[in-house]
Amino acid sequence: MTLILSRWQFGITTVFHFIFVPLTIGLALLLAIMQTAAYRARDDEAKRATWEGMAVFWRRLFLINFAIGVVTGIVQEFQFGMNWSMYSRYVGSVFGAPLAVEALLAFFLESTFLGIWIFGRGKVSDRVHLASIWLVSIGTMLSAYFILAANAWMQHPVGYKIEGDRAIMTNFWAVMSNSTLISSFLHVFTAALVTAAMLVLGISAWHLKRSQKAGTTAHPVFSTSAKLALIVGSIAIVATMFFGDNQARLMETQQPMKMAAAEAQYNTQNGASFSLLTIGNLSGDPIFQIRIPHALSVLSDNSWDGPVQGINQVQAKETATYGKGSYIPVLWVTYWTFRIMVGCGIVMLVGLVWGLWLMYRRKVDTSKWFLRLAVPALLLPFLANATGWIFTEVGRQPWVVYGLLRTAKGVSPIGTGYVVTTLIGFTAIYSILALIDFGLMARYAKLPAEGVDEHGQPKPTDGSGADEDADRADDADDRVPALIY
Amino acid sequence: MITIATAAPAYTGLEIFWFLIIAVLWVGYFVLEGFDFGVGMLLPVIGKSDLDRRVMINTIGPVWDGNEVWLLVAGGATFAAFPNWYATLFSGFYLPLFLILAALIFRGVAFEYRSKREMPKWHLAWDHAIFWGSLVPSLLWGVAFANILRGTPIGPHQTYLGSFFNLLNVYSLLGGLTTLLLFALHGSIFLSLKTTDDIKERAEGTAKVLAPAATVALVAFLAWTYVNARNIHDVGIVPPFVPILAVVAVAAVAWLMREKMAGWAFIANAVAMVGLIATIFLNLYPRVMVSSISPAFNLTIGNTSSAPYTLKVMTIVALIFTPLVLVYQSWSYWVFRARVRRPAIGAVLPVAEPSGAADPSGTSVPAADPADPAAAPTGDGGSR
Repeated sequence: MTLILSRWQFGITTVFHFIFVPLTIGLALLLAIMQTAAYRARDDEAKRATWEGMAVFWRRLFLINFAIGVVTGIVQEFQFGMNWSMYSRYVGSVFGAPLAVEALLAFFLESTFLGIWIFGRGKVSDRVHLASIWLVSIGTMLSAYFILAANAWMQHPVGYKIEGDRAIMTNFWAVMSNSTLISSFLHVFTAALVTAAMLVLGISAWHLKRSQKAGTTAHPVFSTSAKLALIVGSIAIVATMFFGDNQARLMETQQPMKMAAAEAQYNTQNGASFSLLTIGNLSGDPIFQIRIPHALSVLSDNSWDGPVQGINQVQAKETATYGKGSYIPVLWVTYWTFRIMVGCGIVMLVGLVWGLWLMYRRKVDTSKWFLRLAVPALLLPFLANATGWIFTEVGRQPWVVYGLLRTAKGVSPIGTGYVVTTLIGFTAIYSILALIDFGLMARYAKLPAEGVDEHGQPKPTDGSGADEDADRADDADDRVPALIY
Repeated sequence: MITIATAAPAYTGLEIFWFLIIAVLWVGYFVLEGFDFGVGMLLPVIGKSDLDRRVMINTIGPVWDGNEVWLLVAGGATFAAFPNWYATLFSGFYLPLFLILAALIFRGVAFEYRSKREMPKWHLAWDHAIFWGSLVPSLLWGVAFANILRGTPIGPHQTYLGSFFNLLNVYSLLGGLTTLLLFALHGSIFLSLKTTDDIKERAEGTAKVLAPAATVALVAFLAWTYVNARNIHDVGIVPPFVPILAVVAVAAVAWLMREKMAGWAFIANAVAMVGLIATIFLNLYPRVMVSSISPAFNLTIGNTSSAPYTLKVMTIVALIFTPLVLVYQSWSYWVFRARVRRPAIGAVLPVAEPSGAADPSGTSVPAADPADPAAAPTGDGGSR
């Protein structure tokens, strides 16, 4: 019981944490770009005001999101020891190092310069203020790199030896340049950019749609935001897919069972087809399937007729290596999460290309259906992020460290009652936080842009006698970001 | 100078070095997060109005998050350098750590979300979150350290065999009270340095009340620790000037506050915390957790440590990057050295009144005193 409850707790807290993290990583970089553009346009008042207005608008959402990412991150670092103490003993020498380095290099950088960025305007020069958001952005990337180094080692252990009953690090550089790490970092980082771009695009689309309905000019803040999001998002989604494909290739050699489980493919095939969807069960003889011929071979082996290993063959091989037991993860989870992730990616790619084409024809601001669909589409990257992680973690089971330590052997020897308490506790706390956070995000996403009017002219932020929007009262607060806390 | 239990195994220099590093990280955490916990706990005491509480929160606004990273680094360093210590401590002290995490979660978002709605009830709810979120960890860190030193039921295979209630005893609760009072005192001195007018006066008054209380608690806790060290652990406490220094430092706080030397009082209180952590770690050494079942089951730097290679790599990383971190974190304190003034806040912030839709722009102009340079840069919303 302790095992299954601990797994649920880790799953819930991690998926929740990862709703916010990619947005933080992506938005930090977008904000750095916006603020840089504003800084460089300081001789062109209209342009400067627009970029400045963008930075002011998106920064509110960034900060609401950042706070929750930070506090849920503390739980992550503590949980290994609390619920997975046997795992911690086994891997500490290898796994603990990137965690400690992450805190020292990334967390200090992020938190200190975020403080400077929020409160420091007027206390430091504009140049230092601009540098501070870049340092925050670099901090988020470093953080991703080090935590993924730890995770990549669980997927594909390198640079270690087994001594007694634990793994000992023998080569730090091997751990920090793990092929799995490079590939997953690039996939996760570009996916984070897609996440931020889709959010910026969706919210901008909502505002553009509103000015369409009201018959007013598209506000430059949202018009420019949408364009920036389209450019960054399109590049990032292509990169995400490219690196995802790269990961699949590594997976085929490093974790063949996961690749087979992604497809629920029972037997090794040459020129394997990609199953688009399956109705019935995943036991090997489905009732109805749609398959794309050769696609799986192309994806995982980069060749038309390349072999893709099947579940039965990998199971037999792993039994021979590791002894009796099942080495098959929960197939319906791996099969469907993989499909949802890839599906969301494809839909976003199509949508972003559509947007680029509209942008080329200068029709983004006036388009009808694109703007309407972009709003709900902002949920897609979040769904893809969650299913991607669920796939990669469930797909590794029954291992916690692939080929070295089974998940069941990593759990803490603690009473079930304790885990029940914290599972309920964390779930309750996170649910409350989610409600508050989503409420605030929605509220601040709907606020009008400030500091610049519809014609790109700077205007004082005191908007007296402006529209009687219900959210207007909050503006008072936003004029003093120094008082953001 | 240091009395080690007989037949102690030899420890490598790296293990001792990392034991020292972890002690230093906890010192950093207590000295820095100590004052922001203190400010949080004193919100209802010193903050008479919503605006007062906002001023108080703003004194720690730019720095609390960086202060908390000291805890994360301490946790990460323990994991990497002494995995078995990390594993036993975190799984053994399971529920207290959950309470600490819950507190830190609500407190962390409270700083960010409090200002997001202009409703008195909303502000008040987050003020509660900050208060409890600061108080609970302040108490529980003391409880945890007292238990680590006092001894908990750790059996063979470094497994914690006790329950939650083994962690509640008079000695550990006294330890908790000591850290709570020290942090509250630290916060009140910090506020007296970072605020003006009546808030500053109330902070000074609070510090004068808290200083004797913290002194009594620290003396009692260290005396008890001294007796335990002699009678139970049979190791002695070394060197004796460390706890004495802690007591002298905290006793000096009351006098320094009376003499209007708040800066020195802050330093004295920090010295007291250094002395407290140093006493605990010196008393522990070479152990990292004491077993109340048998000394044979004690966790030591030897039987919990990571591989020498990991320690070596970590040492290099720490030696390169710690100075850099110290430089920019100190610089950020320098940037925010100015006192937080209520007029400056009032100048740009409408006081939230439950009744009437006050025109925000109305209150802003007259209060902006051109003679007060601190007032001008505070609001950076639009024009620069």
